[in-house]
Order: sequence, then C-alpha cells, then structure tokens
Amino acid sequence: MLLDSLRDRGVALAVEAFDADAIKGGKFHHGEVTLEIAPARITSVCGYLKYDQKFVRLSSVTAVDRYPTEPRFEVVYHLHSIERNERVRLKCRLPGQDPAIESVTSVWRGANWYEREVFDLFGIRFTGHPDLRRIMMPDDWEGYPLRKDYPITGQRV
Amino acid sequence: MSDVTLPPNITADVAEDQPAPGPRRLVLNMGPQHPSTHGVLRLVIELDGETVVKCQPEIGYLHTGIEKEFEVKNYQQDVTLTDRVDYLAPLSNNLGWCLAAEKLLALEIPPQAQWMRVMLTELTRLNSHLVWLGTHALDIGAMTVFLYCFREREDILKIFEMFSGQRMMTSYFRIGGLALEPPRGWQQRVKKFIDVFPSRIDEYEDLLTNNRIWMGRTKGVGVISLEDMLDLGVTGPMLRAAGLQIDARKDEPYSSYELFDFEVPTRTENDVFARYQVRVEEMRQSTKIVRQALDGMPPGPWKADAPHVVLPDREKMKTQMEALIYHFKIVTEGFRVPEGEVYQVIESPRGELAYYLVSDGTALPYRVHMRTPSFGNLQATSEMVQGTLIADVIASIGSMDFVLGDTDR
Repeated sequence: MLLDSLRDRGVALAVEAFDADAIKGGKFHHGEVTLEIAPARITSVCGYLKYDQKFVRLSSVTAVDRYPTEPRFEVVYHLHSIERNERVRLKCRLPGQDPAIESVTSVWRGANWYEREVFDLFGIRFTGHPDLRRIMMPDDWEGYPLRKDYPITGQRV
Repeated sequence: MSDVTLPPNITADVAEDQPAPGPRRLVLNMGPQHPSTHGVLRLVIELDGETVVKCQPEIGYLHTGIEKEFEVKNYQQDVTLTDRVDYLAPLSNNLGWCLAAEKLLALEIPPQAQWMRVMLTELTRLNSHLVWLGTHALDIGAMTVFLYCFREREDILKIFEMFSGQRMMTSYFRIGGLALEPPRGWQQRVKKFIDVFPSRIDEYEDLLTNNRIWMGRTKGVGVISLEDMLDLGVTGPMLRAAGLQIDARKDEPYSSYELFDFEVPTRTENDVFARYQVRVEEMRQSTKIVRQALDGMPPGPWKADAPHVVLPDREKMKTQMEALIYHFKIVTEGFRVPEGEVYQVIESPRGELAYYLVSDGTALPYRVHMRTPSFGNLQATSEMVQGTLIADVIASIGSMDFVLGDTDR
C-alpha cells in the first residue's frame, strides 16, 4: 500500500505494479524515496529493480538497530540507477530474535562484503550468502559492536 | 639422478620421487605489512608458477569502530571523526558529513562558504591524486615521480595549514559553514600554487606517459569488464577509465558544483594506464575548478545565519546575552537535528562517498553509515587479478587507489 506522497514517484509505482504485497510502507522525504519491503520479498524486488528498472548499482547495504522497539532491526539497501540518475532506499524490518534475511548476492555480487559487514557488526544472518563470516572484527570476537546494547567503552571480564 | 657426487649423509631422493600432483600451487601471503599494499591490506594469493589462480583480500586490520563512535559524539564533534576515515582526503569527508547534517537541518549555506568548500575539496582531490600517483609509480619502480609529487603535495598541505591550522586532519568544514574565517592572503597563496601546478602535471607526464617501462607495466594490465565493476560496487575513476561518464559532481551536484565549468574525463581502454590518464586529466580539471573558485569567489558571510547551530562571533558572545546563551548551549549539549534520514552522496577522489545519517531528533546522531569508495573498489580485487601475473597484482591494486582507513572505518 503506497502513501500519497509516493504516488508521483515512478519507482514506487513500478514496485507496486510488480508486487503490491511486498510494499509495507514508505516515504518521500528530503528528495529521497524510501520503500519498506517485506523481508521475504527482498530478493525478488531487488532483481526486478535491477533488471527491469535499471537500478544497476547497489550502493550499499547497512542496518539500523532500533533497540528496544520491535521489530528491532532495519536492513537498509541503497540502490542507484545511472541511466535514470535516481536513487531509491529499500528497508526491511527484522525481529530482534535471530534476525535473518535472504542475501541479495544473487542479484549483485557486490553485496557480498556489505552483507558480511552487517553480519559482523549487527549479527544479522544473510541466508544463501556464499561466504558469511566476520569481515572487520577478529573471527573469535564475541558480540556485535554496532548493536545499541553493546557498550562503547568498558572491559570484558 | 645425475652423476654429481653427494656427501654420504645427503640423499637425493627428495627431488627424485616427488612428481608434482597436477599443477603446482603455492599460497602466498601478501601483507598486512607489505609496502605495496598501501596500508594494512592482506592478500592471500594462490599461485600456479607466476600466474595468480585465486586472490582473496582480507580487510579489517584498521577497523576502529568510527561508526559506533559517531553515535556518542554530537554532530559538530563528529566532523573530526570524518577526517580520520579517509586520511588522504579529509576535506571530502568533512564535506559529505556536513552536507548530510545540513540537509536534515535545512540550513542555507552562504555562497562564499559553498565556493570555499568547492575550492578546498578540489585541492584535496589534487592532494589525494598526487599521493596516489607518487606511490603507484613507486610501486612500479619509478621513484622520481614520488619525490616530484610530494613536492607539490607539500604546497597543498601548507595551504590547508594556512586555512585550518592543520596539515592533514583539517576539520575545516563545519555544519553551517566553515570553522574559521578564510585567512588573510589566501588568494595569493592559492594563485601561486595553481599558476605553477599545470606545468608540474606536465612534468609528471613527461616522466611517465611515454615512458616505455611505464607503458609496459600498465597497458593491458588490470582489465575488468564494466559490467563486473558495476556489479561489484566499483566507483570513481575506475568506472571512468572504462568509458562510463559518471561523476556525482555532475549527476547529483552539491555545494554549487553546478556553477562550475569542468569536464569529466573518460577513457575506454579500461586498464591501469587508462586509470592513470583519467586521474591525471582529473588533476587538470580540478586546477580549472580551483581557478574558477578563486576568480569568482563571492563576497559575504562564511557561515550560515543559524544561531542555534553556528557558534556566534567572539565579539558578539562577549557583548550580547543571547549570543552567550547560544554559545553555551551549542558547546555544552550541541544542537538538535530534526528526525529523519538522508543519504548524501559526493564524489570523493576515490569514487562515490556517501553518508547515511539517521537522526532521532536528539543532539547525537542515531546511526551513521559511511559508504566509502575504497570498500567497494577493493571488492573487485580478486576478479581483477585472477589469471594475471603476480607482478601485475601490484600494478592492479595500485590503480584502484584505496585507502585502508577508508575501507575499514
């Protein structure tokens, strides 16, 4: 279901026409389109945007921790279309308990390191990822540093 | 075995009965302390003779948790963190951060501050490209270029010092404008530099462009298709050397770049040499932008008229009660930024630099993500060097122009 502010945004209408159930919300603010996508549909929506809507570039994948609210995590994808000179932000909300989402590495190989980073720092699993291991922190590190309940200072005892 | 006589205690059976099982593979560990990896990058390279079969980059050795630290400092303090992300292009990072916060605050930045930002960011681009050219040539064996490049870089750093008091970690752009008033006599200093700089670019080109060794080491090396690069998240001069005219300064202009006249250089050869040519041409274009900024610098204030964000003048603070209150508020608790999120893209010397800023309406950013160009570019390493010779690995990774601080954050 689209908000009225997104009615005149081509990309939002295109995604709605492709899979109306996938859209859980969205907004148009500061000149940027945000679409909230159902986590289960992320790969198909990304594939559609890449191959049919010319969003050939995945600019970045990151996450936001909304602790203590639930659903706790937002996985954020920034897509870029060179031809249309346009950007779109996709957002998926995940629960705090065992957060997992399908990997988009099948659509863009470049998602590999970005998803590893989110896995490393937020502890969100990407199913179907070819090489899901820590990228920034040492392999034996405990905890996920960018989570809001992870302290910024202090010593592990 | 041959009829060489061996001492009685040494047998020759090792060489004799070990036929290589298929091709001989050797795993070579390059880095994290290796001079040609420009920082602490580790490459695990699997070799068959001198040919690279597989190359696995390992990063994270310089991870400092900057994104986490952003969340406990206020917006103005965070400017100092952005310097330290990409330490060869501090002002580009300052700019990206300030623009992101200013977008949320809906601040109007006066023309002089915008132009000054453009001028200094372009000088940063020159600075970054000079370090790249010098070290890249040094890797391939041309030592002279390194010394020449650092001579000019010194001039740029002195200009930065003149403006901000710092050579590298400048933090000169602040949310709402500039940190300090532009110093007296900056015009002459910048003019002196850009008057002589184009002839210096000619000098580098004299040393390299028609140099047979340089051409032999760079032409046809490090080729990777444009489709692969787009798929892997590569940006910046690497894409432009593959013929794609993409530049955020033109496509999504910020800080009044739309008022400047410059070209986006491209090449189609898509090899290390083409990337070199693109960057050298970018240096010429940046000089052009600096000159335009110098000649047409608009007069007026250098910080925004926003007392709740920008620190008041010293004089006002001592004479006006209101200014004193604002000063106290800004220094003690910072300023609140309206709730929202922005993705501010700028063209850093290395490619697409984006700041994703999420604000929850308080004086501290809720979440900051930096989409850094080096991280995306480095991902293409294995693709690029597969099947090439080990000696070309150095030339290939050098042509990407990554900074490990920018990669690991």
